[in-house]
Amino acid sequence: MTAEVESVDAAGVAPAADPGFLQRYGTSIEYILIPCAALIGALAVFGGFVALYGKNPLDLYFYMYYGAFGTAFSWQNTLTRAAPLILTALCTALPAQLGMVIIGGEGALLIGALSATSAALALQGAAPIVVQIAMVIAGMIGGGLWITLSGGLRQYRGVNETISSLLLVYIALAILNHLVEGPLRDPASLNKPSTREIGAANMIGTIPGTDVHWGLAFGLVAAVAAYILIYHTTFGFAARVAGGNIRAARIVGLGVGKLILTVCFLAGACAGLAGMVEVAAVQGRTNANLAAGYGFTGILVAFLARQNPVAIIPVAILLGGISASGGLLQRRLGLPDASVLVLQGIIFVFVLASDALYGRIGFLKGKS
Amino acid sequence: MADASIGLWTVPLAVLGGAIRVSTPFLFVSLGECITERSGRINLGLEGTLVMGAMSAYGISYLSGSPWLGVLAAGITGALFGALHAGICSLPRVNDIAVGIALMLLGTGLAFFLGKPLIEPTAARLPAIDFGWWSDVPQVRAALRINVLFLIGVAIAPLLYWAFKTTRWGLLIRTAGESADAARAMGHSVLLIRLRATMVGGFLAGIGGSFLSLFYPGSWNEGLSSGQGITAVALVIFARWDPMLCLWASLAFGGAAALGPALQSVGVTSGYHLFNASPYILTLAIMIITCSPKRTLTGAPAELSITR
Repeated sequence: MTAEVESVDAAGVAPAADPGFLQRYGTSIEYILIPCAALIGALAVFGGFVALYGKNPLDLYFYMYYGAFGTAFSWQNTLTRAAPLILTALCTALPAQLGMVIIGGEGALLIGALSATSAALALQGAAPIVVQIAMVIAGMIGGGLWITLSGGLRQYRGVNETISSLLLVYIALAILNHLVEGPLRDPASLNKPSTREIGAANMIGTIPGTDVHWGLAFGLVAAVAAYILIYHTTFGFAARVAGGNIRAARIVGLGVGKLILTVCFLAGACAGLAGMVEVAAVQGRTNANLAAGYGFTGILVAFLARQNPVAIIPVAILLGGISASGGLLQRRLGLPDASVLVLQGIIFVFVLASDALYGRIGFLKGKS
Repeated sequence: MADASIGLWTVPLAVLGGAIRVSTPFLFVSLGECITERSGRINLGLEGTLVMGAMSAYGISYLSGSPWLGVLAAGITGALFGALHAGICSLPRVNDIAVGIALMLLGTGLAFFLGKPLIEPTAARLPAIDFGWWSDVPQVRAALRINVLFLIGVAIAPLLYWAFKTTRWGLLIRTAGESADAARAMGHSVLLIRLRATMVGGFLAGIGGSFLSLFYPGSWNEGLSSGQGITAVALVIFARWDPMLCLWASLAFGGAAALGPALQSVGVTSGYHLFNASPYILTLAIMIITCSPKRTLTGAPAELSITR
């Protein structure tokens, strides 16, 4: 992974001799260079941390690369994890266009998974394609309404959306636990309370020739659609205006409330789709395993991608790779499974601190 | 059997006992956050600080045999996390809410990482004072076994109220929170005031964490804190940044959080998970009732990004 990051660095620095180039692309280069520098810094600090723990940091980097991108198997593992991350990152990135900080993607994912599972269980016996479409719709509506709740509370009651969305994560988890241990419980699930299985025929399966499930395609389509929506439609323009200056948006007559609710619904729908994908491609049923932290890692992905829907794709693959390498770090280096969480936290801190660097790197300013 | 003789009284008694026991972490975190927010910055990372505090307290108590050293270690860890938060927020154009989210993830991850070897061993726990000696009913005695940290927390609340109102430090913190320009014009460094306020806030939140691992529930595991930190941050908002209201709100929350286990102990198990979520539902409900889109909240520090 480090090798890849460095090559991007080199590409950014090489044409520095031409000032016209920098004038035109200086800002774009910054958007690539600074997050990469933050990543390298975070990896270095994590290496030092692991060295203090008595492990060789070079081994660490090797196994991280190997476990994430070293073999075809690890690539497939990485992409499988990247799929829900793309979707949960959109749950933070879309409201961010309006200046809102939503961190409740995990809750929308759980509600989406519950809704999708319920739809599948209600339609047992129907043609698989009908069940799958119903699951997608139910998952998106469930997750969408969950985040719309945060958006609506912000718009109509002035409740801070960051806190309300996080509280809703815990409430969603309680609802999920309540339902899988009560009304929706499969009597056959003894040790791990779960709902009944949605049925093998209704699973969405893998992309031909790989072990990567179709959820990745869902994520890619959603990210590109979100990009087009934000940067190439009037709706997206209105959202960005409202995010930049909410008073100006009101003065020019934009329906800010409607914008907030719609964007929150779309954001939650993405995370809900992630929940549907986890059910229909991985778990096959709903249980507490679904609260695997994809929603929280998604926040990091969105910030690292600077809330840009297309940039989310490579960042999600990178973070998916880091979490895919977690197992190998555990087995080969004897590191605790939480080491992935530590690295994610360090990366997050570095990325936020690097915000201070924008517009301050001398040689990238162009005009001098 | 005493259990039969007091019958349904078990529930309110357990809720009362829970209000005292469970409220302590809420109390410490909310008082700490109160100081930080009064200085004009919000630290959402106290959830991570709480877990880190719990882990370090348990570790130090296990290694040294003294739970009070553990409490101190938790406070220092919390203060370091506060310094980290304040340090990053001092950089230009850095969003304090986002930094809080980052530290929430980092604190939880680091605590799970370093705390892995601590799940098995048993550490020395904090002692409790038996205020229920006069009663024969075991439930009453259990409810009135009160930890010293709770009493300290209860004492800090009025102290803080007084300090905000009358001391020079209180005035400085409030000035930094109401108008950074005014504080700067008086010749004070806003960043330094906020650094200290965030460190003290982190110190208190860390101590709140030590209560979790050293008294109730009294062991270290990865599910120790599930959102108490973030609930306490929300609690400060509807306590209107008033330390005394933080105290009452924490007690109410402790009671709500004890409702689930209390009902379970008398055989009501059907909505167990939903009752467990009652602190979060209560927080959300109170925020919905007390917030308004039309005006800023009374008592809100003007520099606070969350209310702007």
